[in-house]
Amino acid sequence: MTPAVLAEFLLNGLVLGALYVLMALGLSIIFGMVGIINFAHGALFTLGAYAAYQLQGALGFSGALVAAPVAVGLLGMLIEATLLRRLYLQDPLQGLLLTFGLAMVLEQGIRLVWGLSPKQFDVPAGFAGVVQLGTLTYSKYRSFILLSVVLLIAGLALFLQKTPVGVIVRAGSRDPMMVRLLGISLTPVLTLVFGLGTAFAALAGVLSAPLAGVQPAMGVNVGTAAFVVVTIGGLGSLPGAIISGLLVGQVVSLSIYFQPRVAEASMYVLMAVILLLRPRGLMGERWEKFD
Amino acid sequence: MATYRDAPSRPNRRQFLATAGLAAAAAAGTQELAFPAIVRAQEPIRIGQLIPFTGFLGAIGEYGKQGATLAVEELNEKGGALGRKLELITEDEANPGVAVQKARKLIEKDRVVAIEGLVSSASCLAVGDEVQRAKLLMINAGANSDEIRSKRCHRYVFSTEGCNTQYVNAIGNWLIRERKVSRWYFLTSDYAFGHDLLRVARNLLQANKGTEVGSDLAPTGTTDFSQYITKMKAAKPELIFHNLAGADVTNFLKQYAESGMTIEVAGGVIDSAFAWPVGESLRGHFPIIWWHELNNAASRAWAARYVKRWGRPPDNQAYGDYLAVHAIAQAIEKAKSTDGAKLVQALEGHTLTAAMDGLKGRPLTFRAWDHQLLQPMYVVAARDKAKWKDKWDIFEIIGEVPARGAALEDIAIPKAESQCQLEPLS
Repeated sequence: MTPAVLAEFLLNGLVLGALYVLMALGLSIIFGMVGIINFAHGALFTLGAYAAYQLQGALGFSGALVAAPVAVGLLGMLIEATLLRRLYLQDPLQGLLLTFGLAMVLEQGIRLVWGLSPKQFDVPAGFAGVVQLGTLTYSKYRSFILLSVVLLIAGLALFLQKTPVGVIVRAGSRDPMMVRLLGISLTPVLTLVFGLGTAFAALAGVLSAPLAGVQPAMGVNVGTAAFVVVTIGGLGSLPGAIISGLLVGQVVSLSIYFQPRVAEASMYVLMAVILLLRPRGLMGERWEKFD
Repeated sequence: MATYRDAPSRPNRRQFLATAGLAAAAAAGTQELAFPAIVRAQEPIRIGQLIPFTGFLGAIGEYGKQGATLAVEELNEKGGALGRKLELITEDEANPGVAVQKARKLIEKDRVVAIEGLVSSASCLAVGDEVQRAKLLMINAGANSDEIRSKRCHRYVFSTEGCNTQYVNAIGNWLIRERKVSRWYFLTSDYAFGHDLLRVARNLLQANKGTEVGSDLAPTGTTDFSQYITKMKAAKPELIFHNLAGADVTNFLKQYAESGMTIEVAGGVIDSAFAWPVGESLRGHFPIIWWHELNNAASRAWAARYVKRWGRPPDNQAYGDYLAVHAIAQAIEKAKSTDGAKLVQALEGHTLTAAMDGLKGRPLTFRAWDHQLLQPMYVVAARDKAKWKDKWDIFEIIGEVPARGAALEDIAIPKAESQCQLEPLS
């Protein structure tokens, strides 16, 4: 392997990992705050891609990149406010069942509205082609994905650390009772967080659309991968989701180099090993409210 | 739906008529042949269709269903078959296990006279075994593995879909002759179809003294091909030959262009339903069984009818299922019966009739000894977007293989190489 090929491999793994990170952050933030494992995450990813497909004619790619996640995020808030909210005091299994059913409804709904045939979604004009760095040539669009994810993570960190709402989110995810005793209602915050998580899934869908084709089942594999990433990183831990997403990206991509047939299995092996060594995942901590 | 059909409270007309028919036949003695025929005239002839609506092959199911539906509608306008209306019952083939269950349901509950469709070679092989046991005609309109016509061929199974050998011979000989590419890199879907296609393509490359510089197997449903592409780039082949199927084709071809690759690319098989979404980044050469812009009046007229009915041009799977339903209707008319064994006899060596001759402007015949429909393939090249007249106009036809005048046998599996041993008809 020449250095240029090696660099390209690591970059490919990084882009794959970046998309996993986006998905996992959404899942993790929802779990941390709302305490629900969102099985509809993969379907919301797909919905994001379709929304962008629908919107890009009118808004262009950059417009759709913003508008599609916002639209799906609003749908997520609606789902939280009308359906999920009723289940917070129930057995956690109920939330699991609801989101599982939601995933099926969304996927079949997509089939009904847009049909079974994959939709044409070209790489946006400004990002077609490659960038040349010495002997390394790399796709402009993939570089753009990396950059967007980095910016987004920075934005999320700023939001959580520096804004008053972010502080409530962090406090509420650890000790909701204390937050309520301080006279702060968590109801709108929960809605917001669920919307944010779904918007992240949708954004990952939009970013994947030019690469992976827009079709009804596009979210299945990536949805499963997101669960693996969150489990490895530690449920509810955002830094854990980031580290684990990048790790899984590299492991999957390197296993394709050495032995493509085990690539799919590699992330599960990694998960098994990590769970044996650290049952709560890499950055998982003890959370009183879930124990 | 199922509970409605099964509801015991609903008087079962079929049972009633059958009993009445039997009683009448027993009483009338010599009239037994005539009377049930009148009874049956009330009931449509049912044709079962198994086609994927889910999974990585899902997109073409919609086309296949539309093609078969159009065939049934056209035939019914002209009075159906044997004076009875035709009815299509479509089920999702999903995966081999489900496909077999659905086939049993079509045979036992819906009492279809034949099954057509199938896209996944794995499902087609499984359902083929099932129809052979049930002695029911099946027409494979979408599965490519040579095995279906060779080692695991069946007396009751016919193929209107081309086999991998036909496809690879069409594109491979052309590539070697015209493009002079001898260093190939293979990328293959890791299931029955891909492995079979890889075997055929390797044989062709060896026969032409070419070199294989690399080969990878990718699981079906792969969404990120970047690592495979990086490996290819490093191996420096002259040609990348993919043996992928379904949505994987779309993803691979999109990412191939997006990664800035300029090495020649070709595929063992292409479904236009998966090439259309690649859009302007499509490049390469492919063998295709049928294309809506074929230079043939009957073919264009049918494509126009399809556009009128469904609002988009037909893909090759719509064509395949359309053809298969017509072949079943022709068998019924020729056999003057819906009996499985008689339909098989009618189709062995059958040349498609003028009612629907295969839309290729040449007589097409089912080979009697392996049940493969002999037909030409078309080598197509991705067309530059500047020359598109609409978004469906992605291919230009480079040539028909075998050329007009040459024998259709030229690209088919030679009898000497086939392992097909058809069961006796009983």
